[in-house]
Amino acid sequence: MELDAHIPPGPIADKWDNHRFEMKLVAPQNRRKFDIIVVGTGLAGGSAAATLGEMGYNVKSFCFQDSPRRAHSIAAQGGINAAKNYKNDGDSVHRLFYDTIKGGDYRSREANVYRLAQISTQIIDQCVAQGVPFAREYGGLLDNRSFGGAQVSRTFYARGQTGQQLELGAYQALSRQIELGTVEMHPRTEMLDLVVSNGRAAGIVVRDLVTGEISSHSAHAVVLATGGYTNAFFLSTGAKGCNVTAIWRAHKKGAYFANPCYTQIHPTCIPVSGDYQSKLTLMSESLRNDGRVWASKTKGDRRKANEVPEGERDYFLERRYPAFGNLVPRDVASRAAKAVVDEGYGVGDLGNGVYLDFADAIHRLGRTTIEQRYGNLFDMYAKITGEDPYTVPMRIYPAPHYTMGGLWVDYNLMSNVPGLFVVGEANFSDHGANRLGASALMQGLADGYFVLPATITGDLAGQLNTQPLPTTDPCFQQAEAAVKEQINTFLTINGSRTPDWFHRKLGRTLWELCGMARNAAGLQQARKEIGALREEFWQDVRVLGEGESLNQSLEKAGRVADFFELGELICQDALAREESCGGHFREEHQTPEGEALRDDVNFAYVAAWEYAGKGELAKLHKEDLEFEYVHLAQRSYK
Amino acid sequence: MNLNLTLKVWRQKGPADGGHFETYAAPNINDDMSFLEMLDVVNEELIAQGKEPIAFDHDCREGICGSCGFVINGRPHGPMKATTVCQLHMRNFHDGDAITIEPWRAAAFPVIKDLVVDRSTFDRIIGAGGFISAPTGAASDANLTLVPKATADLAFDAAACIGCGACVAGCPNGAAQLFTSAKVAHLNLLPQGQPERWSRVTSMVNTMEAYFGSCTNFRECEAVCPKEISIDFIAKMNRDFLQAKFRDRRKLVNAEAGEDAG
Ligand SMILES: Cc1cc2nc3c(=O)[nH]c(=O)nc-3n(C[C@H](O)[C@H](O)[C@H](O)COP(=O)(O)OP(=O)(O)OC[C@H]3O[C@@H](n4cnc5c(N)ncnc54)[C@H](O)[C@@H]3O)c2cc1C
Ligand code: FES
Repeated sequence: MELDAHIPPGPIADKWDNHRFEMKLVAPQNRRKFDIIVVGTGLAGGSAAATLGEMGYNVKSFCFQDSPRRAHSIAAQGGINAAKNYKNDGDSVHRLFYDTIKGGDYRSREANVYRLAQISTQIIDQCVAQGVPFAREYGGLLDNRSFGGAQVSRTFYARGQTGQQLELGAYQALSRQIELGTVEMHPRTEMLDLVVSNGRAAGIVVRDLVTGEISSHSAHAVVLATGGYTNAFFLSTGAKGCNVTAIWRAHKKGAYFANPCYTQIHPTCIPVSGDYQSKLTLMSESLRNDGRVWASKTKGDRRKANEVPEGERDYFLERRYPAFGNLVPRDVASRAAKAVVDEGYGVGDLGNGVYLDFADAIHRLGRTTIEQRYGNLFDMYAKITGEDPYTVPMRIYPAPHYTMGGLWVDYNLMSNVPGLFVVGEANFSDHGANRLGASALMQGLADGYFVLPATITGDLAGQLNTQPLPTTDPCFQQAEAAVKEQINTFLTINGSRTPDWFHRKLGRTLWELCGMARNAAGLQQARKEIGALREEFWQDVRVLGEGESLNQSLEKAGRVADFFELGELICQDALAREESCGGHFREEHQTPEGEALRDDVNFAYVAAWEYAGKGELAKLHKEDLEFEYVHLAQRSYK
Repeated sequence: MNLNLTLKVWRQKGPADGGHFETYAAPNINDDMSFLEMLDVVNEELIAQGKEPIAFDHDCREGICGSCGFVINGRPHGPMKATTVCQLHMRNFHDGDAITIEPWRAAAFPVIKDLVVDRSTFDRIIGAGGFISAPTGAASDANLTLVPKATADLAFDAAACIGCGACVAGCPNGAAQLFTSAKVAHLNLLPQGQPERWSRVTSMVNTMEAYFGSCTNFRECEAVCPKEISIDFIAKMNRDFLQAKFRDRRKLVNAEAGEDAG
């Protein structure tokens, strides 16, 4: 199949406006004739469902948590970008566009990113109108701060809980529509398959997580807003329920999976403390505004931080990147920390971290200011580690945090399966090979509030006066039967290991061989290990209980099964990409200084993988990236 | 340091089951673990023994999503102030401790299984008015309306509620005043929330009263709230609620300041 991104013609600044004008519309009185399924209630899905409901469509919304408010967007801490230039420090739509393309290491689509930068300002207006309590200055105006990868202050924030406040804004708008009857909400419901009929998305199969009932829902269009898949690594900053199941099963039904190997390893997370570790906690990137990263100049130094004299400290980010210092982008900061720890300079009892030190900032600004900026993060750190970051530097280490990869979508956010749209972290669209801080919230809300509601109309207009496929159709019946069969298999294997046990092992392999640094031999080994472990999983997993009630082991088993298959594809993609870019660092391809070395001649493309059947290698389709407005250059933050 | 603990855990197969306590040993618990990690370890062992693991809600494990929550030794979210169970660490317990774990107990939160309860009544309260009607696309520039920093900060304090339900579980009457007032206050404090101020409080309070018990000022809610939401917000809600009634009776004053009497 030819991959057409459907990028509108014309100058980049006019593309979105022109496209909206060219697109077919659905008149208000006709909208209630359309059913739309939205899976996911995070920033992307929540805002999409609410907005589509407001417009007058019949929306069905799904999430696996007990309330739509709890989607993992709620955990985002630092902030959301917008090119408002309220600080008069030289920001503009063009600069945000440029920073995002550069930050993504020139592996994203110019037209999408430009649109994102254009819409960014409307998002802030929308959220403020909803009552999102962003931080304010004393004069009552909105406050901003700077974030990694940028030299302007364009990040809007609500203490350290920006995601929570934006998520609640979307949830409240959604709740209003639920009450008005335009949105039918299905919490504690998990999507287990996509149904495709005559090449078009026709609906989904879901499991009610409380009763275990399997049922089908059909619609004119299906929107997946199911978030990222970093939990493939088991240990990540994701919530425990984050999964790839919805988009993976859509992938198996024909949707292409783009750039699966682009995973973001976030530099500032709390290091692992033991084998029982169930997740890793992010310490927001905003902390790097005031914290200084360092390690001892002496290998294996086990002195307490405060006992290491100034002259014996290596502020390695400031040393290596004088221009950006502690604010280099995430991939750069993560690799620098890894190098320090790998060489034996790691700090803490396990030698598995580096320091993030606030002593200078507290001295300069006073404890109160630091408390106001980061109080909740400092409290969280203290609770988890039992150490007081006001007096002892934090210990941090990189952890899997965000997945730039996801289902392939065109400019309209539609996958290659007509009628199937993908928004938010679940798609691959705007961040290239590395996402800049405070840009995921922006993208999720841009997709959900503004882009999808406009573009879905273009597709729906062609479906006017058609009925969704009835769920009694054999397509649905077959999909339901397959879902039931898989559940039954899990319940009858009766092996000896839990889903978590397998998941941990998978995660370790991915982290070690396909984490911050990758090489061909390691990736081949990873694929072998994952394949073998997957076989073992299907022989030896133990899921107790029954299918007809709440069964959390059963839920995990289904998710882990998909992570195995995804894990193999991640490695295949990483192996095929013979260059380093952003979060994808191939040891074979680096500059003499150890920075990522791109190969723009051969790899300036989006890798979109087509599922080729069980046990078969996925098939690669390429979407070439063309850069008309940004000059391709070696990224430099020095 | 490692701890040896005895857990007394509420097990209930489903909504119709009566439920009962079961006792499990939890040996060799590393004190850097979180409480939920301790339960993970216990669950792995239960599965190894062929017993169904203990069901409990959880997701972010960062104290922000509000999924987790159960009663530990009689106290919602356990012994630490301002801490959800997912952020509670075992270093706050002692070797040899016996720990009782049971679900939220409240008429409005029926048990689904073990420690998992149904809190969907909270969503009903938000649906009744816990929003500002601001359809997408209609907003003016964000800096057009100034919000004094003090007002924004106070609204944020209220908006920090995670909707976990501890306030209801902690209240002898099973009242939801703290949860409801947090949302009323968040929105009623802000300039953007003024047009719907009176209808919001009336409708949210009425919905709350349809499902939950009455507040008799025990203040337990505030004591167990992991986000330390202040009961001052309850006072504000009550004031707004009364005022809304008063305004209702005197519809004449509707036009005043362009506010809607609800
Ligand atoms: C700790 C942390 C901090 C972050 N901080 C920032 C920040 O400061 N700034 C920033 O820009 N970004 C930040 N990010 C990234 C950002 O939060 C996410 O990328 C973004 O919120 C994802 O939103 P989403 O709507 O795509 O998905 P999510 O919010 O993850 O929502 C996914 C939804 O899909 C549902 N779902 C998933 N699978 C299924 C299924 N099979 N069936 C039914 N429903 C399903 C879930 O129930 C949920 O409702 C942070 C991320 C983390 C983890
Ligand atoms: S699991 Fe999210 S608050 Fe505890």
